[in-house]
Amino acid sequence: MSKRTIVPIGPYHALQEEPEFFKLHVEGETVVHLDIELGYNHRGIEKLSESKDFEETVFLVERICGICSTSHPIACVQAVEDAGDICVPERALFIRSTVGELERIHSHLLWLGLAGHFLGFNTLWMWAWRFREDVLNILELVTGNRNHYGMMKPGGVRRDINDTDIPVIIKLLEGLKDPIAMFRDAVIEDPLVHARTRGIGVLTREKAIAYGALGPTARASGYDIDVRRDHPHAAYGMVDWDVITCGNGDVFDKAVVRILELFESIRIIEQCLNQLKTVTGPVDSDPRFVATGEGIGHYEAPRGEVFHYVRSDGSNRPVRHKVRAPSYMNVPTNRETVLGETIADATIILAAVDPCYCCTERMAVAVDSPGGRRLWGAQDLIRMSCEKTYELMDESGLRGPEPPPCAAAGQTRDSGR
Amino acid sequence: MTYTIDALTKSLNVFHLAGSACNNCDIEILDALTPKYDLERFGITLVGSIRHADVLLLSGIFNRKATVRLKELLVQAPKPYLVIAIGGCPATGLMFRDSYNFEAPPSIPIDAFIPGCPPKPEAIISGVVTVIGALREGAIVPGCLQEPEANPQPAPEAVT
Amino acid sequence: MKTRGSNSADTINRIRGALGEHLLNFEKKSGRRVYIDIAPETVLEASSLMFEETGARLQIATGIDTPAGIEVMYHWALDSEDCLVTIRATVAHEDPSLDSIATLCPAAEWIEREMWELLGIEFRDHPDLRHLLLDDNWPQGNYPLRKFPSGQEVIP
Repeated sequence: MSKRTIVPIGPYHALQEEPEFFKLHVEGETVVHLDIELGYNHRGIEKLSESKDFEETVFLVERICGICSTSHPIACVQAVEDAGDICVPERALFIRSTVGELERIHSHLLWLGLAGHFLGFNTLWMWAWRFREDVLNILELVTGNRNHYGMMKPGGVRRDINDTDIPVIIKLLEGLKDPIAMFRDAVIEDPLVHARTRGIGVLTREKAIAYGALGPTARASGYDIDVRRDHPHAAYGMVDWDVITCGNGDVFDKAVVRILELFESIRIIEQCLNQLKTVTGPVDSDPRFVATGEGIGHYEAPRGEVFHYVRSDGSNRPVRHKVRAPSYMNVPTNRETVLGETIADATIILAAVDPCYCCTERMAVAVDSPGGRRLWGAQDLIRMSCEKTYELMDESGLRGPEPPPCAAAGQTRDSGR
Repeated sequence: MTYTIDALTKSLNVFHLAGSACNNCDIEILDALTPKYDLERFGITLVGSIRHADVLLLSGIFNRKATVRLKELLVQAPKPYLVIAIGGCPATGLMFRDSYNFEAPPSIPIDAFIPGCPPKPEAIISGVVTVIGALREGAIVPGCLQEPEANPQPAPEAVT
Repeated sequence: MKTRGSNSADTINRIRGALGEHLLNFEKKSGRRVYIDIAPETVLEASSLMFEETGARLQIATGIDTPAGIEVMYHWALDSEDCLVTIRATVAHEDPSLDSIATLCPAAEWIEREMWELLGIEFRDHPDLRHLLLDDNWPQGNYPLRKFPSGQEVIP
C-alpha cells in the first residue's frame, strides 16, 4: 500500500473564486479523498442585510460576487416582490432578462478562457477574454458600468434601455456570433481538448441529484434542471429558447453545455430587445412599502440557481435574508469527481464546476515525500497540466514541427499564475 | 532617484492577494493583462509568490481568517515592495465594516489607493503609472522603507 | 419556450396525506409556494418523504431566530411542477437540536454545519460537524444569527 500524503491547494484560493482550501489526499498520483475548507471569504452578508433597507439590500447582494453581479440582485428583488406582492411592469421583465443573459455570456467566456489556460491552451484564454470585452461594452452601454450594474430594484429596474441603443446592441451581438462559433469549433472539435477532458472528472446523474448540483454542472450530467424553464420568472416564459443538456458529466460536457448556452443567451437577448421595441410603459412600479410576509426568489445564474429567502415584518428591512449561491451546492461535488484522478487532472476538474476562479491563484503545494519536503506553486501545477497536454500531443502526433516548450509556455503568458 | 527605486519601478512583478473580495476587482486586474489593455507589454506580470513580487495588490476586505494570512504574507515580502489597494474595500471596508467577521486591518504600509467599485482597468493602469512617477520623482518613498513612527508611549520602566 | 406549468396540487395532496398527523399547519400562499409546519422530531421522516419518495430537490435549509424558538426551514423544489415546498420545524431555545439529514441527502451537509455555527443548532448524527465558515477559534456560544439569546450574553 502506498503512503497517503496530503496536498494542500490554497487556502488563498487555488483555482476558486472564493478563497477555499482544498486538501487533496493522494496515494502516489491518485487522489483518494478531498477535504474542503471554507471561510476565507465569509463577510456575514446575511446578517448585514438585516440592517439595510430593501433597496440597500439589493446593493449589498450585488457585492456578493463580481461575476454573478446581476443574478443575486434579480433573485433578491424577486424574493422581496414575492413577500410583498409587488407587481413588476412587463418592460422591466425584458430588461432584467437582457442584463441577466449578457452576464451569462461574459461569465461563460470568462470560464472558457480560464479553463483553456489550465489546459495549457493560452490562445483560447486570450481570445475568450478579448471577446468578453465586447460583452462588457454592451453592458456598459445598457447599464453604465462594466460590472456591478446596479440595475435591479424591487418593483422593476432602475434604468430603461433607450430605443436608439437597441440597434447598436443588436449589431454588437451580431459581431459576437462568429467568435462564439469559433470557440465552439476550437473546443468541441479539438482532439487535444478531447484527450484532456473526455471521461475526466465524471459526475454521474445520481450523484448530481444527491448533491443537489445546479446549472451547467447538473445539466452536463443529464440532470435536466433549469430554473428559467422550471420556475419561470423575468421574461423567460415569454421568449423561445432551449435548455442544453449533455449526458456524460465529464469536464468536456460541462464545457460543451456552457458554449452551447452562449448561443441560447444571444437568442434570448435578441428576442427581448425586439419585444422592447413594442412593449412600452414604465420600468418601475415604485412600491412604497413591503407588506408583512415571506418570499422566495430564485434565478438561474451562470453557475446554477441562486436562491434568496426574505422575511419581512412590515418594516423597511428584512427580518431574515438567506442567500444560497450555486457554488455552495456545486463545490461539494468535487469530492466525488476528483476521486481516482491524478493531480495533473485535479486542476481542471476543480475548475470545471466554475466556482468563479477568476482571481489569480495562490497556492503552495507541499508534498511530504520520503526524499524530503518539496514545495510546488500554482505554476508547477499548471506546468504539470501543460506537460500532460504536450505528452498527449506527442503520443497522438499532433505536436507541430516546433512545439513551444512547456517551460516557455509557463513563463511567457502565465508566469507564476 | 536611488538605484533601488530605479530597479523597483521597472518591469513590475505583481502579486495579487484577494482578501474576502467579491472578485470584481480581481477580474478587472486580470482584464488589464488580457489583449484589450495588455499591461504585459510594459513588463507588468503576475507572479505566483509574494517572494518574487515588487508590488502587492490588495482587494476586498480582510475577515478574521484572511487577516492571519495577510500578516504572514507581508513578513515574506522582500523589501522594497509597494502595496496598492484596489477598490474601496481595502480602504474603508465599505458596507462590510459592520460585519461580525470583519477585522480592522493590520497596519499595512499602503502606498496607493485606487478607488472604485470596481475600478476600471484604465483606472488601475493610471494608478500604477502615477505611483511609478511619484516614486521616480522622489515625491514618495515606499511605505515599507519608511521608518516606523516613534512610539509615543514611554517604554515601561524596568522593574527592579 | 413552453413552460411546464404548475400542476402541483396532486403532489401536494399526496405529501399532506403521507405526513398525516405529523402535519401541524398547512399554508398555501399560491400555486407555486407552499408552507408546511411539522414537529422537530419528524424532520427526518419528512425529508425522506420529500427527497426519496417525491423526488424533490433540496434547495437549501435555513433558520430564523424568533421569540418562540428557532424556525428551521427546509426549502424543497418540485422542479417538474413549478412549486416550492417549505417544511418548517421550530426548535426550542433551551434544546436546539434536530436530526441530521446529511446522510440521507448529502446536499444538506454543508448547510447543517453552517446552521450549527451561525445559529447554534445541534444536528444529531451529522457525519462531520465542524466549523464551515467561521474561524476554528471562534468563541463558543457566540452565534451571529441568534437574535433572542436565552441565557447567553449578547456579544456585540
